[in-house]
Amino acid sequence: MAVTHKLIQTITVGSGGSASIDFTSIPQTYTDLLVLYSARSARAAVGDDVYIRFNGLSTNLSSRTLYGTGSATASYSDASVAYIGYAVGDTSTASVFSNGNIYIPNYVGSTNKSVSGDVVSENNATGATQQFAAGLWSSTAAITQLTIYCLNGNFKQYSSASLYGIKNS
Amino acid sequence: MATKLVVDCSTGITTEVELTAEEVAQREADALAWALAEAEREAEAAAKAEAKASAVAKLAALGLTEGEVVALLA
Repeated sequence: MAVTHKLIQTITVGSGGSASIDFTSIPQTYTDLLVLYSARSARAAVGDDVYIRFNGLSTNLSSRTLYGTGSATASYSDASVAYIGYAVGDTSTASVFSNGNIYIPNYVGSTNKSVSGDVVSENNATGATQQFAAGLWSSTAAITQLTIYCLNGNFKQYSSASLYGIKNS
Repeated sequence: MATKLVVDCSTGITTEVELTAEEVAQREADALAWALAEAEREAEAAAKAEAKASAVAKLAALGLTEGEVVALLA
């Protein structure tokens, strides 16, 4: 039977919060990886950016982002980090979270690694956004570890992330 | 001290680990880089808005109506 989405691990942040979520010793038996996450940052703002890095390295990363707020759209590039998502910030409506996914094809291959992400946030005021991001890790190494983290604050309690392996046979 | 959650996919065991000095430094560097880029983006947007307002004023001074200016800039 084809295994299209196999849950590898899932984690929910505890009461102390967390600076990042790291999945290590990722099995090398799938073709693609998918991360589904729900996030809220401790940053005292409407939102916070979510970045990704691989194998514990912060080099050779870049990304491009398109986002809309409901009243405006914009895009920007990052030449040294991989912006890949968004977390609701701590001044947003209480107890709401952003919901996003991160897709990483061919993560065990020997070519550079692309990554894409989309996310929506929730806020009963201005400041809710929808975002699309495309990132690149210029490395031929297989991905054995991935880290997601908020740029300006810790993940708050009840933020969660699930890592899925995908293959078609 | 900030901590991170590490999930070992081979065992399913999750541990809470303190960030290393390098990780803290990287975090600060990322935040600084973002702040600089954001300031650059805001300055660029402000300059663009200012140039547009100036252009609209000059067109109006030439006798164009507001509707004509809007049509021209659309």
